[in-house]
Amino acid sequence: MSDTSAADPVTKIDTPIELRYRFTAGRAQSRFLRGVQQGKLLGQRCPQCGKVYVSPRGACAACGVATDEEVEVSDKGTVTTFCVVNVPFYDQKMEIPYVSATILLDGADIGLMHLIQEAKAEDVHMGMRVEAVWAPPGERTPSLEAIKYFRPTGEPDADYETYREHV
Amino acid sequence: MPADDVLEAPNILEYPYARSTGPVIGRFMTGLRDGRIHGVRAADGRVVCPPTEYDPVTSEALGEDSFVEVGPAGEVATWAWVHEPHEKHPFDRPFAWALVRLDGADTAMLHAVDAGDESRMATGMRVQPRWRDERVGDIHDIEAFVPEDAA
Amino acid sequence: MRDVAVVSFAQWSAAEEPARNEVEILIPVVGEAIERSGIGRKEIGFTVSGSCDYLAGAPFAFVMGLDAVGAWPPIRESHVEMDGAWAMYEAWVRLQHGDVDSALVYSFGKSSLGDLPIVMSQQLDPYYVAPLWPDSVSVAALQARAWLDAGNDEAEMAEVVARSRRAATANPHAIVKGDADAGALLGEQYTVTPLHAHDCPPISDGATAVVLAAGDLARDVCGRPAWIRGIDHRIEAHGLGVRDLATSVSTRLAGESAGVNGVDVAELHAPFSHQEPIVRDALGLGDGVDVNPSGGALTTNVVMAAGLTRIGEAAQRLIDGTAGRAVAHATSGHCLQQNLVCVLEGEGAA
Repeated sequence: MSDTSAADPVTKIDTPIELRYRFTAGRAQSRFLRGVQQGKLLGQRCPQCGKVYVSPRGACAACGVATDEEVEVSDKGTVTTFCVVNVPFYDQKMEIPYVSATILLDGADIGLMHLIQEAKAEDVHMGMRVEAVWAPPGERTPSLEAIKYFRPTGEPDADYETYREHV
Repeated sequence: MPADDVLEAPNILEYPYARSTGPVIGRFMTGLRDGRIHGVRAADGRVVCPPTEYDPVTSEALGEDSFVEVGPAGEVATWAWVHEPHEKHPFDRPFAWALVRLDGADTAMLHAVDAGDESRMATGMRVQPRWRDERVGDIHDIEAFVPEDAA
Repeated sequence: MRDVAVVSFAQWSAAEEPARNEVEILIPVVGEAIERSGIGRKEIGFTVSGSCDYLAGAPFAFVMGLDAVGAWPPIRESHVEMDGAWAMYEAWVRLQHGDVDSALVYSFGKSSLGDLPIVMSQQLDPYYVAPLWPDSVSVAALQARAWLDAGNDEAEMAEVVARSRRAATANPHAIVKGDADAGALLGEQYTVTPLHAHDCPPISDGATAVVLAAGDLARDVCGRPAWIRGIDHRIEAHGLGVRDLATSVSTRLAGESAGVNGVDVAELHAPFSHQEPIVRDALGLGDGVDVNPSGGALTTNVVMAAGLTRIGEAAQRLIDGTAGRAVAHATSGHCLQQNLVCVLEGEGAA
């Protein structure tokens, strides 16, 4: 609201905006999201450099060419980096503190960001092996929420050499 | 319509923005709240309405002492008739947009003209503001301009 | 000044792309421009793009475009929230530095994702005008009325539309094309008086890319480079009531600076029919000039790419040898607020 007193000069105006758009996921991302709904993680491989992108965008960002070849990757992977969220924010669904991590899935050349649960925040570390905990088939949406979170597998840590290019 | 295999979702941007006016625009808005319209006199004597903070030719700062009252009535410099208003437009019935050069001003301001029918619109016609009963100090304090004889 | 030429051009457009996102649209267009240029992708010295995040309604939406160019190892890159014509201006300036010899310029957008005319209302003064939400068609109609009041005729607008649609039949990339009769067009209903739907550009999704090369490199890779002989851009006050909407002073000044004279082809970026005569008169083009042989923005208008497309269409005719000297014009903002003029000449032209 502008000033309520008739004697005070106006110093502010309200200018609310509302703009309605459609968002289209595009071919590559749509394939990936439908795959995730089916319990599969579908990446795409670059025909030039051979790297596998998850989630794919239809292009290899390094080579600038289309990525057509679909490659299914594992739902197990290695934590390459992570952060512990302690800050409350609007619409937050997780109880703080919680861990958000980049996970290099086995078979992929680029990390995927997701949540780590069933682990104490202070126990999460680089190299930790994790696996997806999927939502029940009937409850999966075509989004990364089809995976509820990742949890430690209990395996020994991945060798640094297996993910050193991805930190 | 998206192709069958492609996912689509609504993306709605909604922000409750507020803007600081500064002293020049603030003075104009305060005037609107009082039911008055002001312009600002530039170095060459031209009256710019709505006011700008800086002279359009010399770029000198223009301030409080350059303010002059203009209008409230004026002349339509150009107009356009909206046959099917958009939900965001000022009216849900056909109306005109116009550039209105108020008496005493040398530039025109954009607003709506609630003329009732396209046949009432003409370049050069005289119009005057229809003020809202409750005014807050923004451009909507003028609900629209109307033909001068209609007020 | 270094001689810089357009050596290749590629484009794609449709009324609505039903499946692909902006990156997927860009990849073949950028790929084609690079392939036709004869310059290797990793040899390109500078990359610059033009686009507008407001088309997609997402901040930094333009960054995704880089997926289409292969930015590894890191490249020299820039971006303007403008039509690609201004990105090309930056590329031309960059090539003047002398350390790199080629540039990739690309532009893209999907206007179909939002309510474009209403989105464009938010380009206007945020205190005095934008809160009234005057859409871009309404604002263009204000200019059309001012132009008519200055002694011009609606018949001329209809003739521009009819001629543009007929010319577009020869353009595989045009969205609106076909036989058109100016008299019949005049009989249609107004959408916002004095504009009819056909006086307005079609909503278009797409992308355009050009490759620039300097001096000897241009001659090595292109048999008939389209040399940029002059380029300039000017902007007017943003207040609609401060400007004379019936003329385009900024186009005239940019044209004088760029040196528009003796052209046989003109590609003018006039999204609304009345804007073509305004721009044509501002550039002082005589009757003998072939205006918008591509069909112009009335037949395809990929917002953020339409201006660069004018440059590309003009350049392609010089490269093909069907024209000798051309002017390309691009506009930005409501009612021709900002204008860029580029004069190009084919190799071996007098």
